[in-house]
Amino acid sequence: MGKERIDKIFREKLAAKEKLFVPYMMAGDGGLDTLEEKIAFLEKCGVSAIELGIPFSDPIADGPVIQQAGIRALESGTTLASVLEKLSVIRKKYTVPIILMSYINPIFQYGIEKFARDCFASGVDGVIIPDIPMEEEGIISPHLAAYGIACIRLAAMTSPPDRIKKIAERTEGFLYAVSVMGTTGARNAYAENISAYLRQLKENSPVPVLAGFGVSSGKQARYLSQYCDGVIVGSKIVDLFFKGKREEIKRLIESSLSGEPLTEKVKFP
Amino acid sequence: MTAYTMPDERGRFGNYGGQFVPELLMPALIELEEAYEEAVNDPHFHRQFHHYLQHYVGRETPLYFAEQLTSLLGGPDIYLKREDLNHTGAHKINNTIGQALLALRMGKKKIVAETGAGQHGVATATVCALFGLQCTIFMGKEDAERQKLNIFRMELLGAEVRTVSQGSGTLKDATNEALRYWVSHVDDTHYILGSAVGPHPFPKIVRDFQSVIGKETKRQMMEQAGKLPEAIVACVGGGSNSIGMFYPFIKEENVRLFGVEAAGHGIETNKHAATLTKGKQGVLHGSLSKLLQNEDGQIQEAFSISAGLDYPGVGPEHSYLQKIGRVTYTAITDEEALEAFQFLAKSEGIIPALESAHAVAFAIKLAKEMKTGESLVVCLSGRGDKDVEQVKQRLEGR
Repeated sequence: MGKERIDKIFREKLAAKEKLFVPYMMAGDGGLDTLEEKIAFLEKCGVSAIELGIPFSDPIADGPVIQQAGIRALESGTTLASVLEKLSVIRKKYTVPIILMSYINPIFQYGIEKFARDCFASGVDGVIIPDIPMEEEGIISPHLAAYGIACIRLAAMTSPPDRIKKIAERTEGFLYAVSVMGTTGARNAYAENISAYLRQLKENSPVPVLAGFGVSSGKQARYLSQYCDGVIVGSKIVDLFFKGKREEIKRLIESSLSGEPLTEKVKFP
Repeated sequence: MTAYTMPDERGRFGNYGGQFVPELLMPALIELEEAYEEAVNDPHFHRQFHHYLQHYVGRETPLYFAEQLTSLLGGPDIYLKREDLNHTGAHKINNTIGQALLALRMGKKKIVAETGAGQHGVATATVCALFGLQCTIFMGKEDAERQKLNIFRMELLGAEVRTVSQGSGTLKDATNEALRYWVSHVDDTHYILGSAVGPHPFPKIVRDFQSVIGKETKRQMMEQAGKLPEAIVACVGGGSNSIGMFYPFIKEENVRLFGVEAAGHGIETNKHAATLTKGKQGVLHGSLSKLLQNEDGQIQEAFSISAGLDYPGVGPEHSYLQKIGRVTYTAITDEEALEAFQFLAKSEGIIPALESAHAVAFAIKLAKEMKTGESLVVCLSGRGDKDVEQVKQRLEGR
């Protein structure tokens, strides 16, 4: 449970020379009733963990695809409370680690301590909060720690070495490497220094490093995975779920995990 | 009150404030804070700032004893701090001059900004033209329709205006998009935030640049009346003109301070922008302050006839000043603001911005409770030319 479940499953996969693949989906997009079968589907596809987004009215770190998914989820009545409640019912049937991604304000209104307690009760293993940098994490990290829930920190390409060192030392479960200068969503290319950035994170991090933001194809996933332990794919998965293209999700995951490893720099069309 | 030294080194005003932003922006905020501290301690920067305020903006602005208003209301002496006489027609340019000079110090040649009524957008586009900076302004679609002329004004000044149709299409959504743009261009772009909101150090920087309003008022009151006023009134959207007016008076305990929010259709309805009066603590646009939100922490749409007050958040320092009881916050409806808009036009020959008309409306109420011989200062934050068409339609429509 919690941080330990993430650590154990990631360790096993990496020991078997597999890369990690974490899809992001918006809870409540398509209605909260579809949550369970989506989790079941993704687990069957062999993902390493599932990142579950909580909708927020003002998601400043997200691009248009996730913004729209959030609006749809809110319109269908999804709240942090209803997601936690749903998870408490369905969680036990699945072993895949579940990580919540939420902006701080819905958590703040829910009550931070209550949030940590209910995450534990609902079988949530880790939490990602994109608008909490280290300077502000004191309001939540001790509560998550008390319940053994991983507080997953994010590093950015703008982070100087001293910040990267501190973020990597503190993160739990994995280190989230934001791999573009910008918001979530598909990109055609990465910055020149992406490999150096990911290598630097790997050198500093005691836990696996996953690259996220701007990853939308198997080829991109394999490219980034050369330099770290795997990827998080968000907008693309959200979009494919919305369009009902399950087969494409399956192919994307397969291609990310089992395609030919890329050893040289690729150009994206 | 003993020394007032907010914010603390963590950018907090008591509980409020802070830096609730993605890691990607943190290095830029740290850089900005360092550049600002360096600038504050550099006499050259002060000379530069005051040079442009004096010769370009046209400061100092008058503190005008409003004879007609005073005799019509029959109470305290009423003074108007004429921020409407600044170049570009509002107080916003005090801050944009300061931040553009900071951007130049940091070597950033590109500027992004949000705008509500268009006043901050125009003030930003203006300083970008002045200093040769590339300028991108985000404006909500709803606001863009209310303030069409200001878009053309910004374009004339060389800015690129991007309208934002997400959400309610107002200032909140424009700020979201400006922040997203900044996240993507942070290496060469400075974000000129227009109000005393956002992550630290913005609330402090905006307050400090705007505090020229309060400093001048203090000196002018001593010159004209030989004493400080008994009360000061200013409108509060995000809260930049009000914090700039209040800040130099915080330690003057005998001066009562009043912040006036927009009550829209009334604070008992769900169509208002009275964040301090009706909001709850929460995090929006990088800081912890009071917010209009539902019980699930989703931000609600604000509502006001005045685009500049139409914001569901408020500067963290205002939340703090309310909490410690130093400033009293109140709210004025659309109707009351419209009355005051016309009343000031007819009594003093001054057409105020709809934002400032909220302050005037409350001052009229407050004057009834004050005595002859006392004095009351109203911060007239902007001029009403931008609102004339909207008011005309509104008055003809009823």
